[in-house]
Amino acid sequence: MVPSELRYTTDHEWVRVDGGTATIGVTDFAAQQLGDVVFVDLPSAGTKLDQFGTFGVVESVKAVSDLYAPVSGEVVESNAELAAQPELINSDPYGAGWMLKVTMSDAAQVGSLLDAAAYEKLTAAS
Amino acid sequence: MTEAPDQLHSTALLDVHRASGARLIEFGGWLMPVQYTGILEEHRAVRERAGLFDLSHMGELFVEGADAGDALAAAVVSDPRTLAVGRAQYSMIVAPDGGVIDDLIVYRLGPARFLVVANAGNAATVSDALVERLAGWKAVLDDRSLATSLVAIQGPLAASILAPLTNVDLASLKYYAIAEGDVAGLPALVARTGYTGEDGFEIFVDWERGPDIWAALADAGGPAGVTPVGLGARDTLRLEAGMPLYGNELDRETNPFEAGLGRVVKLEKPGEFVGRGALEKIAREGIDKRLVGLIVKGRGIARHGYPVDAGERRTGVVTSGTQSPTLGVPIAMAYVAPGDGEPGTMVDVEVREQRVSAEVVPLPFYKRQRPPTA
Repeated sequence: MVPSELRYTTDHEWVRVDGGTATIGVTDFAAQQLGDVVFVDLPSAGTKLDQFGTFGVVESVKAVSDLYAPVSGEVVESNAELAAQPELINSDPYGAGWMLKVTMSDAAQVGSLLDAAAYEKLTAAS
Repeated sequence: MTEAPDQLHSTALLDVHRASGARLIEFGGWLMPVQYTGILEEHRAVRERAGLFDLSHMGELFVEGADAGDALAAAVVSDPRTLAVGRAQYSMIVAPDGGVIDDLIVYRLGPARFLVVANAGNAATVSDALVERLAGWKAVLDDRSLATSLVAIQGPLAASILAPLTNVDLASLKYYAIAEGDVAGLPALVARTGYTGEDGFEIFVDWERGPDIWAALADAGGPAGVTPVGLGARDTLRLEAGMPLYGNELDRETNPFEAGLGRVVKLEKPGEFVGRGALEKIAREGIDKRLVGLIVKGRGIARHGYPVDAGERRTGVVTSGTQSPTLGVPIAMAYVAPGDGEPGTMVDVEVREQRVSAEVVPLPFYKRQRPPTA
């Protein structure tokens, strides 16, 4: 079960909207597919993101995966805990494993993302 | 990652792996477990306790006949004739130009009987090459790759888990030695070899006995915390141990000297062998690239294929790299220009268009504290 209040990309990022701010991370499905996460490279505050553009990478022992921005906006904070504890992405992907907080430039973009039911359908098929 | 098309081989243990929750991938033409519980956990289990590996995808080529030793000495770069019965040597089979076709372990099972173990993806190529190279000698090759299950138990507790199950005297079985005996009541060849940097054993049994051996080891090792280990942790374990992987550190474009394995090439052995002329020339004139260890100092993980620079000059390429589970830092192996290969040299790895500093270090990255009882 994926959290029902979040929106999702087909690339397995999630976004939590709180007013004009979006919190971004990767889904439990993505974390499980990656395996043990050992490194995360995230943009610093002030970085501008374009919807569906790459914003960083997450690396497991075996693989490197690009991260894609669910929405456009400006990074206000990246999760500093992940530098020392990248495994939080595996243990708590929707909580302590969050990656970015972003001030959205176009909140309407959220409407183009998958809701929980659609995302579950996507992962069930793969 | 590939779904399971039906041309893939699977080992006798496939159902066991599935029942254990393994994630399966294609490797060397085989459907193999890449991980069970997680690469880090499996890696640590081998370093601290013991891990169980299904290596049935590897090639088992038996060479027998009055000329078996001479024939093999003409076919590979080492000299299997110098092996005592019951001992093994690391070896390579090369093309006439010295390029590596595969790396091998050659075991001497009897005065005129040898076992050559080849990598899964190369087994058919090696088998064909050996058949060709044995022509004219009183020696025949019996490719038992698809008739042999190979199960390894590796780690500091491997000997204590295996000992009660076998009539082979493990205390007198040296590193790189092999003995015939019973394991769990089944006829087996037990070798003290491995690919993890730990003490451990590789057990060859008849194909259909693979699940029985696996179950016996899993049951006996359960209280000691033995865990199944997939190809993911096998790769991080061998990388920490500084061992080459064919397709990464070794290929047809690479010769043994470049890989730092010149000691395996016995140019002084009597008789002709395939590659001798080319390898003598390389030994005389030197190498164009050199395999080194790297520890990444900056932020990033060096991965297979990433360029390596010395100042503004491209010096080489990363062949394998990961975050070392044991050391907690990113480690890599890379080919660099011979002049940039001295330990202590600082180089840059290009990680997604950013230069990340790395130091050349001696291999291996990890060496176990206690050698096996020899």
